[in-house]
Amino acid sequence: MKHIESRQASHGSTTSYIIGFVLSILLTILPLWLVVNHVLNRTALIVTIMIMAALQFLIQLLFFMHIRESEKPRYNVLAIILGIVFVITIVGGSAWIMTFNSQVQ
Amino acid sequence: MENIVSHHTDHHEEHEAHESIKIDGFWLFLVSDVLLFGALFATFIVLRTHYAEGPTSQDLFDVKEFTIETFVLLTSSFTSGLATLEMNKGHVKSLITWLIVTALLGATFVGFEIHEFSGMVSEGYKMSTSAFLSGFFTLVGTHGCHVSLGLIWMIGLIIQVARRGFTPVTERKLSIISLYWHFLDAVWIFIFTVVYLIGVM
Amino acid sequence: MEPKFKISHFFIHGDPLILGADVSIGIATVMIIFVLTYFKKWKWLWKEWLTTVDHKKIGIMYVIAALLMLFRGGVDALLMRTQLALPNLKVLLSEHYNEIFTTHGTIMILFMAMPLIFAMMNIVIPLQIGARDVAYPFLNAISFWLFFFGAMLLNLSFVIGGSPNAGWVGYPPLSELQFNPGPGENFYVLAIQISGIGSLATGINFLVTILKMRTKGMRLMDMPLFTWSVLATSILIIAAFPVITVTMLLLFLDRFAGAHFFTMTHGGDPMMYINLFWIWGHPEVYIVILPAFGIFSEVTSVFSKKVTFGYTSMVVSMMLISFYAYFTWVHHFFTMGAGAGVNTFFAVSTMIIAIPTGVKVFNWLLTMYQGRIRLTEPMLWTIAFIPCFAIGGATGVMLSIAPADYQYHNSYFLIAHFHQVLIGGTVFGMFAGLTYWWPKMFGFKLNETLGRWAFWLWNIGFYACFMPQYALGFMGMTRRIYTYGWDMGWAPLNLISSIGAVIMGIAFLFQVWEIAYSVKYGERDTTGDPWDGHTLEWSLPSPAPKYNFAVLPEVHGRDAWWKTKEAKERGDYEEKKQELEPIHYPKNSGIPFILSVFFFIAGFGFTFEWVWMGALGLLGVAICLIVRSFQYDTDYYISVDEIKETEAALRGEV
Ligand code: HEM
Ligand SMILES: [Cu+2]
Repeated sequence: MKHIESRQASHGSTTSYIIGFVLSILLTILPLWLVVNHVLNRTALIVTIMIMAALQFLIQLLFFMHIRESEKPRYNVLAIILGIVFVITIVGGSAWIMTFNSQVQ
Repeated sequence: MENIVSHHTDHHEEHEAHESIKIDGFWLFLVSDVLLFGALFATFIVLRTHYAEGPTSQDLFDVKEFTIETFVLLTSSFTSGLATLEMNKGHVKSLITWLIVTALLGATFVGFEIHEFSGMVSEGYKMSTSAFLSGFFTLVGTHGCHVSLGLIWMIGLIIQVARRGFTPVTERKLSIISLYWHFLDAVWIFIFTVVYLIGVM
Repeated sequence: MEPKFKISHFFIHGDPLILGADVSIGIATVMIIFVLTYFKKWKWLWKEWLTTVDHKKIGIMYVIAALLMLFRGGVDALLMRTQLALPNLKVLLSEHYNEIFTTHGTIMILFMAMPLIFAMMNIVIPLQIGARDVAYPFLNAISFWLFFFGAMLLNLSFVIGGSPNAGWVGYPPLSELQFNPGPGENFYVLAIQISGIGSLATGINFLVTILKMRTKGMRLMDMPLFTWSVLATSILIIAAFPVITVTMLLLFLDRFAGAHFFTMTHGGDPMMYINLFWIWGHPEVYIVILPAFGIFSEVTSVFSKKVTFGYTSMVVSMMLISFYAYFTWVHHFFTMGAGAGVNTFFAVSTMIIAIPTGVKVFNWLLTMYQGRIRLTEPMLWTIAFIPCFAIGGATGVMLSIAPADYQYHNSYFLIAHFHQVLIGGTVFGMFAGLTYWWPKMFGFKLNETLGRWAFWLWNIGFYACFMPQYALGFMGMTRRIYTYGWDMGWAPLNLISSIGAVIMGIAFLFQVWEIAYSVKYGERDTTGDPWDGHTLEWSLPSPAPKYNFAVLPEVHGRDAWWKTKEAKERGDYEEKKQELEPIHYPKNSGIPFILSVFFFIAGFGFTFEWVWMGALGLLGVAICLIVRSFQYDTDYYISVDEIKETEAALRGEV
């Protein structure tokens, strides 16, 4: 049973799950409300809801996936960060590179 | 005698190290999956205004439907977390209960998606209608496939846990599926934002 | 749905080349079956090889498969060079020429270079870091078989259904249904897809192995440089391969489900394919070069009897390369016209990546400087690599000047550039690695005399073949043309180039001879340390027992084995007598093989758009996975007695 005891300490508590859940709900409703009611102008709106999505992603990582609680060295944190850098490169890079298309068309 | 005992614990620890190393690998798999979705997002974003003769995103998306979908998946991510808590406490029965709840929510999510897709197709809006729709179906569909695979996997795991209870192996598998499930919710947040919210703006 | 392809599409007729291939494949198959049956080797094949999860055996299978693919790709190359040797030749028709340069490129990069680096990784990494196996031996076997069946699927296209013909990059719209209605491009897409899954798994497997399975005392900065290079490559694999998976998936959906990602109509954008392809493609070229860098570092150090000069800068530059490699992809399509801002950014990023590469070259040179150099075969390959790669790097930097690239792009100058880095870098590197670790794999050395013949022929052939191509590029010869007229003035240089190719072909034959000869007469390696090596793999008998280390070594600092030997010489080495313990070991399994066969069936089915067959294959895959998930009895313990026996036998004490 040793493995079970050793897990208990490390895998979050009901409270942390509930906090994460509530925050996620808020961060889902808020952008939805902003969009449906056209509160901001387009660019500001996009930036705001993207930030909220990123925050919610972080909440999943911290409160649900317990990324902080892995043993050191935290290769998985490093790997996720590197992955995110690469994803931003792919998405941002492609969008930038392919804008010529709208100029040509 | 002493020797034998110490051997035994050694093996046990070795076994656990073996299992935890699988979780490390799964994290890396998730990172590679992040990149997979990254490439799909990139494609969707580049093609998202290429409606050709087809419908635009405003024509297609139904705020109510994708909001419900989002909350169903979010809740399932929460219940899968509760399942993990039960595992930590060593309660097989309530673990299985929460897993079943999670799986049902997941199935509901997939059901909604199938409904959404088939509605579009029946109106004649298909993969072949426009580049935008190709991108949409592929990005959202890939996520849906991930969820569906997760469902099958979860059912398999429920059977295994029911049969064997908690062992280092089943615990490792449970940890992995919960990571996977949370991850799918995290990806959905971006689909919700980039595809649907920006789509109906 | 009416099946699109009927049996009549199946066999290609009317071409003597293909008929010849059909016949020889038939004969070879019958012969293999006969030999296996006659010598009663079926069971042995299944038990020892097809179901093995031992990284050393998997590595050997990678070597065999990769050398076969090198042969196949080499034949393609010789056919092309024959066709181009003189103006207006009619050795190949234009369609066949297109098919052959396509399969040549795809095979050489994906089914020759990749498996060769995987071979080296498999054979060496666990031994170098003092581990008993890779992190996931079962997954490792899956990786191999997926690669193998992916490669077979592509090769099959030559005789069944027809080869792909849109180049190894498979650019749309040429690779789209509109211009390529046959199954050829489907073969390409699905073969890459199947083997790609395997490659991704290998990347994950080795990254975890290196990070988590190092023996006691080995810190990251104590790792041998080859291990570092594999770490860097694995990171790139994990980052890049998902993107090619998506790219191929989208192209497949275009072809199979009528999607419009890359088509010319309905808003599709072929340029997006090119963009996605190179997001994978550029990291891919570094994936295949980094392990070669690692091998060169090992070889220079051992055969100069010195520690590597600038270890830290070697590590840093490899990690920088693996990071930067992700930020240069646009240099493959400067001419797309994405605008000055985009082109400038990626031109500069490309030039920057040449800097860490340069650092490494100087480090190798300084490692050799004032060393006691032994000109063994691995060392020869390494020394030949340095000038070759310097030229390749320099022409790469020329290509990275965006405005100049409008001239060079898709000319023979480009062809010469990448062959220079791929042959002079990756292939020479793998030859160095193969000859260096051969005794560890098989227990005997390769014959040096024949090796030298191969070495010199490869080098002469290489320069004769590719130097003229730089000039041809300047003279306006573009890639992928299948013939040209006398009036172009390209004939003499093309002839020299073709002669060079033939010389390389002969060099390959020498290597085959070298191996065959050495199997019989090669110097046996009884010590396990034939080169006076520095790293842990040389502390083991050759070949190593299946569990590698009877007792896991404890190391202090770099070049652990060298230090141990020195301490022994000084007499202040105290051997810690450690008790043997039972070793936890994975059981062999047939699932990786069977699963990959199902993948093959699925791939074949989808290639011909026989949905029932594709679905059947995928169902088989799913069943295999479920069966595995329900299997709990997957490992066993090797008993102390068995270890004792094995060790005694290996050390010649029986
Ligand atoms: C010193 C660093 C290098 C630089 C600056 C460099 C630069 C370039 C550039 C700018 C191109 C595109 C040219 C064009 O299409 O017009 C190119 C193509 C290519 N390079 Fe390099 N390169 C370098 C090293 C390498 C290495 C190490 C490899 C592989 C081992 C490699 C393999 C290739 C391949 C395969 C292509 C062309 C693929 C194709 O279009 O079919 N390069 N390189
Ligand atoms: Cu490149």
